[in-house]
Amino acid sequence: MSVNHAQRVDLEVVADLIPPQSRVLDVGSGDGLLLELLQATKQVDGRGMELSQRGVNECVARGLSVIQGDADKDLKFYPDKGFDFVVLSQTLQATRNPKLVLDELLRIGKHAIVSFPNFGHWRVRLSLFLEGRMPVTKDLPYCWYDTPNIHFCTIRDFVNLCEELGATVEKATALDANGQKIGLSMPWWFWNFFGQQAVFLLKR
Amino acid sequence: MVALRTKRTNNEADEPSSPVLRFGADKPLKLDAGTLLSPFQIAYKTYGTLNDARSNAILVCHALTGDQHVASTNPVTGKPGWWEVLIGPGKIIDTSRFFVICSNVIGGCLGSTGPASTNPATGKPYGLDLPIITIRDMVRAQLMLVDHFGIEKLFSVLGGSMGGMQVLQWASSFPERVFSALPIATGARHSSQNIAFHEVGRQAVMADPDWHGGKYFEQGKRPEKGLAVARMAAHITYLSEAALHRKFGRNLQDREALTFGFDADFQIESYLRHQGMTFVDRFDANSYLYMTRAMDYFDLAADHGGRLADAFAGTKTRFCLVSFTSDWLFPTEESRSVVHALNAAGASVSFVEIETDRGHDAFLLDEPELFAAINGFIASAARARGLSA
Repeated sequence: MSVNHAQRVDLEVVADLIPPQSRVLDVGSGDGLLLELLQATKQVDGRGMELSQRGVNECVARGLSVIQGDADKDLKFYPDKGFDFVVLSQTLQATRNPKLVLDELLRIGKHAIVSFPNFGHWRVRLSLFLEGRMPVTKDLPYCWYDTPNIHFCTIRDFVNLCEELGATVEKATALDANGQKIGLSMPWWFWNFFGQQAVFLLKR
Repeated sequence: MVALRTKRTNNEADEPSSPVLRFGADKPLKLDAGTLLSPFQIAYKTYGTLNDARSNAILVCHALTGDQHVASTNPVTGKPGWWEVLIGPGKIIDTSRFFVICSNVIGGCLGSTGPASTNPATGKPYGLDLPIITIRDMVRAQLMLVDHFGIEKLFSVLGGSMGGMQVLQWASSFPERVFSALPIATGARHSSQNIAFHEVGRQAVMADPDWHGGKYFEQGKRPEKGLAVARMAAHITYLSEAALHRKFGRNLQDREALTFGFDADFQIESYLRHQGMTFVDRFDANSYLYMTRAMDYFDLAADHGGRLADAFAGTKTRFCLVSFTSDWLFPTEESRSVVHALNAAGASVSFVEIETDRGHDAFLLDEPELFAAINGFIASAARARGLSA
């Protein structure tokens, strides 16, 4: 469901946002990389939900508390504010109903952390503008017809959605192609152009 | 042979070859049926050593026709323990590390009080005079056994099928006594289809003239034919269509052509007849009625106003559920509804669905993915419990 893990620079940014001993739900936990990182460095009470049964079985075999589930369908079973943090990393763009999913994250978690690839990045724009083709990059290696990523958005789009859902942006970080944080003082348009990935800390 | 079979299962019912804990009039077992069972006894087996902190105990709950002989030779059949692939020294559930307890359930026929046990009031086997036993009754009795060992909190409770029902009941009734729970191939209730299959089995037993209204021992008889048919029908539900076809297909049994009669022409017929016949040698027919009824009556949500999540409200227990893709007795959806309830209760829960064509019985077999899941779950629970490796 999520992108290649070699490029998961966003994980450390996500981990930095979470204080020790928090209750964390990782939606789209993949092979459990983030949960393992959080358990090792922050001693969190971590749970995962993952669409792929193979990913789930591997996580459970490694001692992680993970269930098979679909972010689009199964978040409704969780109680309000049951977790300190609900993380959705590199998964929003693969959901059928991103608005509903984000709404659920804000309901379940006291805070929600969302990371996603920015479709407003200049390389993406260039690919469409010059070549007239759907972009295929190192971070987004799929062709348009076989991609699990069906709902791309730009950083600007995401900020608009947050406003629509009444969510407060507590913190936002954009990462450039090298995984480096882009300076805080930069305006949104700059982030939207040079940010390859974005990580948002939200609450409602 | 006939004379031997009319006896109660080698008198394992009253004087089992495993250890037995007897409770006198001062310690009755309160039954859901509204009566007290007293005196009563629990036959059990243990493996490994209880540590000084009494924190390394694992309770294994057996399935419908299982028994306490989980990891050692069964005294009735002479076969290996029913979960020896999983439990033993150096195995996934390592008995050199954990103290494993397995008891025959109340209503069973291998030493815990059941319909084949002698009713002290009459000096004859209880038969149908034994009140109906529920899953919760079984668990209450197990709690008394656990108390006997002075174990405050079980490190883990695990079991498959009816054993899984007991695990869920334990976690619901005594959450503070269960550190981790592993219900496998089970559900929080028996489905209509499952009740239907059980009813077929019971009717087969009761239609056998040798059943004698449940008083067959007094007639020197046993309803073997009826019980065998019940087992044959049930056995089909433990397998899958794919596995049956893979194993037997339409192969003929020791013959070149159809005989145009009602002999066991097909291998599957011969196999089922064998399953039925060997079963009656080791199991009591009335006990089969009681066990199936206990499963039918199980409905954890109904005990909590119809909301399954309330059965686990505030639980601190760590759960791991396992289902199998080809299990049509307890399909994955049954486990998933328990998972959703546990999510709603804010519980720590893992859930693994394992792809196999071996049906419900897969939980008893050598399934590497099952073992990997159990291993990972137990290892992380042990770390959380502070048990050294």
